Amino acid sequence: MNRRKKVFISLLASSLILLAICIGGMFCADTARLTDFSRKNLSPSLDCLFGTDWMGRDMLARTLRGLSISILLGILTAAASAVTALILGVVSATLGKAADTVITFCIDLIMGIPHILLLILISVAMGKGFKGVALGIALTHWPSLARLIRAEVIQLRESPYILIAEKMGKSKWYIARKHLIPHLMSQFLVGLVLIFPHAVLHESSITFLGFGLSSEQPAIGIILSESMKYLITGKWWLALFPGAMLVLVVVLFYKAGENLRKLTEPGSVHE
Amino acid sequence: MRLELKNVSYQYKKEDRMILEDFSLSAEHTERVGLLAPSGYGKTTLCKLLSGYLLPDSGEVLLDGKPLSSYKGYCPVQMIWQQPELAVNPRLRMRDVILEGDKVEERILHELGIEPDWMNRFPSELSGGELQRFCLARALGKRTRFLLADEISTMLDLITQSQIWNFLVREVAEREIGLIAVSHNQELLERVCTRQVELRK
Repeated sequence: MNRRKKVFISLLASSLILLAICIGGMFCADTARLTDFSRKNLSPSLDCLFGTDWMGRDMLARTLRGLSISILLGILTAAASAVTALILGVVSATLGKAADTVITFCIDLIMGIPHILLLILISVAMGKGFKGVALGIALTHWPSLARLIRAEVIQLRESPYILIAEKMGKSKWYIARKHLIPHLMSQFLVGLVLIFPHAVLHESSITFLGFGLSSEQPAIGIILSESMKYLITGKWWLALFPGAMLVLVVVLFYKAGENLRKLTEPGSVHE
Repeated sequence: MRLELKNVSYQYKKEDRMILEDFSLSAEHTERVGLLAPSGYGKTTLCKLLSGYLLPDSGEVLLDGKPLSSYKGYCPVQMIWQQPELAVNPRLRMRDVILEGDKVEERILHELGIEPDWMNRFPSELSGGELQRFCLARALGKRTRFLLADEISTMLDLITQSQIWNFLVREVAEREIGLIAVSHNQELLERVCTRQVELRK
């Protein structure tokens, strides 16, 4: 088996695991809310893999539900951010000096403010909840990718092979299709996948801080912030498993992004 | 058919030094003109002006009496760049690179020594000399009337150099394509060209 196949299988495996968590979480919506005071504060056992909390809720179901909310939110916001970045990057590089100045200023402005601060600000201003978090993340994660795409297009426009294609009488559409899009597509896809872990982590952090999703939703941030109160009384499983699962999901997505990058690089075809 | 530069001036930035000032040059399609100039003279700039990649600040570039910029679609004046690695898209297979040219004949590929299995490769899998052959082939499409060779053989070994130049001289003579070759190698230009122009300050 060659390296390319291995990379592909690893990409497929991480996508499948993420999909499974997502679908699993959807079926856990009711179980995650079910309270049963006859079995509260159980430590992890075979019967109840992640243990139960002080209200007797099953932590496995809560973790899965929380992760699926996070993944969904992550994909949504990462996609919105990446599309914004693509459009602004291309516009900035092709529509002349005025557009470029405005967009570059916006990029610098947003990159100059600490992410988490701007996120909290937008989320609170939009009334917290799913909408607030989604908007906050979508509006703060595009600048680095936009800057990357802008630089890429500027460089591409001047590259000899595109100038030559123009001299060969090729149409703008041909050049976009054959030269520009293949270059930008891999940047775009990889950028999209790499924004995702940031989005998930930021969603969890502002929820943990109390500026994100509302407390009746079993988001990972909520689970972690609630478990803080019980951590000193020795209920370690309340924080450990959800936290570890969050890290796992982020690592999986990061790996998927890396693998995608490897697959789209031209030099990797014969590996 | 004649390619002309008429009183052309060019500079890259305002207040920078003039690269060309009131410069004129003309070449017939039956000629092979050699341009000899020291490094940093502006040979590549001159080539880019002649092939329409750059527009002169003043003066005009004429092909057959008409401004070169008035030719739409495939440009009859094609330039071969000094660095073949930059002149091909690293994401396209060589087959697609050749397809960008104007119906390049199979014969040309064969005579340039391009092997059939190179067509399926990416540029990073070919050497500079092999890539330069592809660039030559691509520039020798059906409608090419003038060919500008900007130091095309500087990075090649002597055997490859002589192969490529022998082919090129034969090909342009047969098809009556005008050739303008730029080099700082006088012996090479003496062998290849019918006329030499020496550029000096």
